[in-house]
Amino acid sequence: MFEALREALIEEMKLDPTVCVMGEDVGHYGGSYKVTKGLAEMFGDLRVLDTPIAENSFTGMGIGAAMKGLRPVVEGMNMGFLLLAYNQISNNCGMLHYTSGGQFKIPVVIRGPGGVGRQLGAEHSQRLESYFQSIPGLQMVACSTPYNAKGLMKAAIRSENPVVLFEHVLLYNMKEKIPDEEYICCLEEAEMVRPGEHVTILTYSRMRYHVMQAAKTLVNKGYDPEVIDIRSLKPFDLHTIGNSIKKTHRVLIVEECMRTGGIGASLRSAIIDNFWDYLDAPIMCLSSQDVPTPYAATLEDATVVQPAQIVAAVEQICQ
Amino acid sequence: MAAAILRRVTHTTAAAAAAATPRVSPLPLLARGISDSTDTITVETSVPFMNHIVDPPSRSVTTTPHELLTFFRDMSVMRRSEIAADSLYKSKLIRGFCHLYDGQEAVAVGMEAAITRRDAIITAYRDHCLYLARGGDLVSAFAELMGRRDGCSRGKGGSMHFYKRDANFFGGHGIVGAQVPLGCGIAFAQRYRKEGTVTFDLYGDGAANQGQLFEALNMAALWKLPVILVCENNHYGMGTAEWKASKSPAYYKRGDYVPGLKVDGMDVLAVKQACKFAKDHALENGPIILEMDTYRYHGHSMSDPGSTYRTRDEIAGIRQERDPIERVKKLILAHDFATAQELKDMEKEIRKQVDDAIAKAKESPMPDASELFTNVYVNDCGLESFGVDRKVLRTVLP
Repeated sequence: MFEALREALIEEMKLDPTVCVMGEDVGHYGGSYKVTKGLAEMFGDLRVLDTPIAENSFTGMGIGAAMKGLRPVVEGMNMGFLLLAYNQISNNCGMLHYTSGGQFKIPVVIRGPGGVGRQLGAEHSQRLESYFQSIPGLQMVACSTPYNAKGLMKAAIRSENPVVLFEHVLLYNMKEKIPDEEYICCLEEAEMVRPGEHVTILTYSRMRYHVMQAAKTLVNKGYDPEVIDIRSLKPFDLHTIGNSIKKTHRVLIVEECMRTGGIGASLRSAIIDNFWDYLDAPIMCLSSQDVPTPYAATLEDATVVQPAQIVAAVEQICQ
Repeated sequence: MAAAILRRVTHTTAAAAAAATPRVSPLPLLARGISDSTDTITVETSVPFMNHIVDPPSRSVTTTPHELLTFFRDMSVMRRSEIAADSLYKSKLIRGFCHLYDGQEAVAVGMEAAITRRDAIITAYRDHCLYLARGGDLVSAFAELMGRRDGCSRGKGGSMHFYKRDANFFGGHGIVGAQVPLGCGIAFAQRYRKEGTVTFDLYGDGAANQGQLFEALNMAALWKLPVILVCENNHYGMGTAEWKASKSPAYYKRGDYVPGLKVDGMDVLAVKQACKFAKDHALENGPIILEMDTYRYHGHSMSDPGSTYRTRDEIAGIRQERDPIERVKKLILAHDFATAQELKDMEKEIRKQVDDAIAKAKESPMPDASELFTNVYVNDCGLESFGVDRKVLRTVLP
């Protein structure tokens, strides 16, 4: 996946000279996850800027540069570090278009890996989707395959709005054949992974793979789950989701966010508000536990949703 | 007529700017024609510049009668507007936070005289006069303060969010210090695009202790960004005196490896000299800090009387000794560029203009209910505002 993201960056930087990258170790080191490998040699030190460890101010700088007409792609080495830049992301990135009465637009892309990895510890396993959710003016997307990673990155760079692109630490080494021709994914669209009839499973990012693994077991047991990767975390693609619910009447949300105030919580409310009449069973939401991610492997596994839990949940919903 | 008087022709920044082509702006009250004179005079700044790892500019500043009269006029408009805003706030037409700039006018006016509209200025929440200096008009300013449709941010920003994109005025920011990295970002874009322009990044003595300032300064120095950090030191961070908040109140020295100058911020000619010097320096060598030693007569904002942490004698003393408008007035009268009566008439005329602008702004209606949802996103996807459920959110306001 990191190659797909890199390809997207290279293509967009070639197309538009105002696109630039800034972040820690993105230049000569090549990026801590190799997403920006080789870019500094191709585009120079100013366009692929190695910043000091100062998230608050280099995110602010990216936003200021966007106000003046550039299109920066700001990388947080780990999404969790961007908490230090929360003020800039919320007040300046999200709100400047509004408070200036439409005078300034902020076409930044803020990206980085988040999510629970392999025993990285509590502070390096954060899921920031829930924290950024309420910020007005931001768009959020989460990529999960090399195909949609490239497409979403390109779309995010081209968007006039600020977009936060959530990548996942464990997905960077995914390999997939992607088209040679240019393509873009729509930022607000969800992806139909597996059509089905019995239950709608909504998921995103790494949990998609846990869901697909559970789906194999479920198929063997005679169930036919419909799996949708929602991709767009803000706004939700209620069109695709709604059509699915109208077909299956049962919903399971599987996410890596915490149970409290996560994406799943908002999605559940949105579904209840819009599709209450179509539901035959209560919406179930499987989320990570409301705990700091522990270091020990067994405990870490218990923090996130595992395929066995997904199977059990589907069986319960479909009773 | 208000618009004609307030229109500012773009300056050039050549070293002999003072002797540049005469500007169009009429000063109809001064019948003797001295207003168009471009004979230069040389004035000494009130005090020498204090410097940190850079040779300071000369104390001798060249200026013209026309320029001095323009300074007088512009600062008087700003002073009058801020006093008028005070009354509007007390009559509850302006709500929320209102931070007034009276006393500090020389910084805005002197800076503007040294640069062009292609250079950028960004500041914090004490931004009304910077907006006016950048060519903003009085009606939009007052309408924005009162939250009306014709305000410069369509009524949606308020006192702390004035912007003027076509004049490269980037606002207008409520969170202390957050504008400093933004300003460095603007300078980054200027360098990236090889524009040959600079950014003046204003902050206060209170913000001078923000970590993000030092982070941004480090990056600006690393990459030689054309940014000038201007500390408007009015000696009080809301209610806290500078010596209570800062171990080292020598803000011009706090850049360590970044050069700095300390300027008498109540002397408009000193400000102009320093800003010109700083612009040339920034284009060659990267960031420089200017500490403007200035003072605000009002409290921090309208909810602060401004007298619990400083004495009335202190405020009166500064007004007596260092008022920027009085200084320019004395200079004009000493050199006989206008009579006292002419200046008085000018002040009366300005008062009327400001009152007219307020009356016009009061006529502007409140924003339409639909404006709640516009400008949240740039209208890319055909939607104006969406929450998580992708519905265009509409609500019926009572």
